[in-house]
Amino acid sequence: MDDPLIIAGREFRSRLITGTGGAANLSVLERALVASGTELTTVAMRRVDAAGQTGVLELLRRLGIEVLPNTAGCRTSAEAVLTAQLAREALETNWVKLEVVHDEETLLPDPVELLDAAERLVLDGFVVLPYTNDDPVLARKLEDVGCATVMPLGSPIGTGLGIRNPHNIELITSRASVPVVLDAGIGTASDAALAMELGCSAVLLATAVTRAQDPERMGAAMRCAVEGGRLAHLAGRIPRRFWAQASSPGL
Amino acid sequence: MRAQVNGTSRDLAEGTSVAAVVTLVGAPAKGVAVALDGAVVPRALWEKTIVPDGGVVEVLTAVQGG
Repeated sequence: MDDPLIIAGREFRSRLITGTGGAANLSVLERALVASGTELTTVAMRRVDAAGQTGVLELLRRLGIEVLPNTAGCRTSAEAVLTAQLAREALETNWVKLEVVHDEETLLPDPVELLDAAERLVLDGFVVLPYTNDDPVLARKLEDVGCATVMPLGSPIGTGLGIRNPHNIELITSRASVPVVLDAGIGTASDAALAMELGCSAVLLATAVTRAQDPERMGAAMRCAVEGGRLAHLAGRIPRRFWAQASSPGL
Repeated sequence: MRAQVNGTSRDLAEGTSVAAVVTLVGAPAKGVAVALDGAVVPRALWEKTIVPDGGVVEVLTAVQGG
């Protein structure tokens, strides 16, 4: 069934976007990425002498996976804009996963700084994929300033708490005219399937796979979950009923 | 003269270019970007851009993350 994900005019066959953080080593990461079937994967920008060379870019190129730089670690709009511009220069892509978080304990997006950065980056010609709160009003505003997607969190980054406010996610997907990507908080396959059933166009996750006991197997699980959830969403679930309804004919 | 390179104060010869600083920090050939005093220096301008006394240089590359 041909059902591509389309972001800013670019088609992807996989609806799973992955991160590269948290993997024990590049070999584990490679097997997990291949098993997940992802075609778009995030990287972070860091000082050359602080992080050392990880070889992650070479790995993604070899696997034919598109690189999506993020602005992880940025606290202000100005920092995020500069980081995005540096990523564009370094990686020759105008796509950016925009993250502007408020504090280290929650890693929740700072909505004021986020919206400001999104607006500036769109004006500067970026394809902006913002990591946002599960706030339908903020999602609408991000769309209005020209973001290519909106990417609400299910729960805080790295918590694995799943989707804490499914109704908000449904409110966002029900009126968005850009793809909604559930970003952050996924713990296991059922969380990813739920995101898709709620009408999300894709799921972005990292920790759930890279820190799983068997990252390769969890990558495969997430691929299946996203595909299953998408199919269920398109198929249309049955209405919930209070009383039983026999599925066999009466005697 | 002195400049901040990736957060560390360094002694640099007068006339040191951004390209020389990139080499100094051991940056890989690809996937690198440079900011000088908070603004991106495009790769094409690395050779002819001179780091001023007290300049702040950031040399970044992509790492695992997100």
